[in-house]
Amino acid sequence: MPSMPSGAASWYWDKVMNMQPVYIVRSAATPVAENYHSSLRDLAAAAFHAALTGLPAAFDPQRIDMLYVASAMNSMLQRQTELGALLATTFGLVGIPALTVEASGASGGVALHQARLAIASGAADLVAVVGVEKVTDRLDADIEAARATSIDSEFEAELGLTLTSQWALLMRRYMHEYGYAADAFAPFPINAHANAASNAGALYRFGINAEKYRKATQIASPLNMLDTSTAADGAAVVLLASEPMARELGAAQIRLAGGAIATDALPLATRRDLLWLAAAERSSRAAMQQAQVRPADVHVLDVTDPHGIVAAMALEACGFVERGTAPRHAADGGITPQGSTPLATAGGYKARGDVGGASGVYQIVELVRQLQGTAGAAQVANARVALAQCLGGVASTAVTHILIRE
Amino acid sequence: MDLAKRWRQKPAYYRLEGQRHRTSGEVRFPPQPPRVGESGEEWEAYPLRGTGEIYSFAGVRTAAPEYAAQTPYLVALVRLDEGLLVSAQLTDCDEAELQIGQRVEMVTRRMSDTGVDGLLVYAYKFRPVLE
Repeated sequence: MPSMPSGAASWYWDKVMNMQPVYIVRSAATPVAENYHSSLRDLAAAAFHAALTGLPAAFDPQRIDMLYVASAMNSMLQRQTELGALLATTFGLVGIPALTVEASGASGGVALHQARLAIASGAADLVAVVGVEKVTDRLDADIEAARATSIDSEFEAELGLTLTSQWALLMRRYMHEYGYAADAFAPFPINAHANAASNAGALYRFGINAEKYRKATQIASPLNMLDTSTAADGAAVVLLASEPMARELGAAQIRLAGGAIATDALPLATRRDLLWLAAAERSSRAAMQQAQVRPADVHVLDVTDPHGIVAAMALEACGFVERGTAPRHAADGGITPQGSTPLATAGGYKARGDVGGASGVYQIVELVRQLQGTAGAAQVANARVALAQCLGGVASTAVTHILIRE
Repeated sequence: MDLAKRWRQKPAYYRLEGQRHRTSGEVRFPPQPPRVGESGEEWEAYPLRGTGEIYSFAGVRTAAPEYAAQTPYLVALVRLDEGLLVSAQLTDCDEAELQIGQRVEMVTRRMSDTGVDGLLVYAYKFRPVLE
């Protein structure tokens, strides 16, 4: 088994090890799109109603105890705070405790983690998690500025660095240290696009190939357009329940068996080892330890993959492949639905579309489909254990969850 | 306009002033408040020499609004001769001629113009050392 994460917070892991079981009882998401007709609350409400569909007719939605909302860019792009109160009221959940969780791109995973703790502690029996991002009301420069608030505002963003360029810096260094050309990362977006073709909710449902990757326009060299995700609108909802509540709803099949948040230095330059996503390692180790699984036990996974380099570094940090080998693993077919570490089975950030702080909730919706065997052409055979990991900023926050079908 | 935000960082922005630990000699940038177990007196202001080599570099083609008019431009992680890394823009160079390991030096440049009622923001960039 992986060892217990060390440091001052180890008491915390001892406690979460003893939590009550938590189940994912419903999940749903809107298609990811440039959705000019829908407002933020339209999107959130559509996902919420879709999530309630299929519950027993006698179920009273007022039994939802709490609402956690995840959004990374909303306060900047929509100039709206207090989404907890806004959406609880929009949904008709009058007066319930509701709040927004923000940890940049990791917001969805953090909200899910908080919801899980609320149930595991006994404070709640049924909690809704909403991930929502409405970006297309604004122009690209504003979106880039909003994304750049997840890097150091005084010594990175202020000087002209962007989140995309930070990953580009890591990609070039990775290429230099491990001897790869830029197109060694092509298998990641190629796999994402191939899988998105069977996801009706994906932004880009067309295939790409190595030739197109090589010819693509540079976005933040060495990152090109076909290796860079597109921000788009979307909302996803997951309902978590205690075991008694899940049994009452006839939905005690998919257990949220492990989950952990970890952090790393926000300013990239101050990290000791830039090519190692330490927060991703810490959170995945702790989550897998709680769930009593090892990397080899995971059948399907979803990670933050706006660029191939991010997926590559996450695979290495989570212990799926050796350091410096992820591009070779991908080139050998290891990340396809038939490989040992199927990635982006619904299209990932690149082809499903990058929904910012909602991504961590989308990942759960997509992995639940895999565990239920309803993922279409991108179905991983006999998937029973899934890992979801979302990152905020340049992996300064990482959240990992383990889902097990019982 | 963030007037005080930029004014407060003048030593770091204008002369790459970091901190040095009075006993261990460790050098760090940017300047930080004391961490757990440290006191503010343990660290003294320490201007860095501003020379080093490129650890990595990247092109920026989509930027935040205050930099949008300057795209494309280059950014880098620079390994300073004191041993630490710093993030900055590169200037006075072509991307095609850059290499990891190349020697660079710090220069003070105008970064952005925050508008008619705002201020001109100056800070450090790095450029290749002239041979």
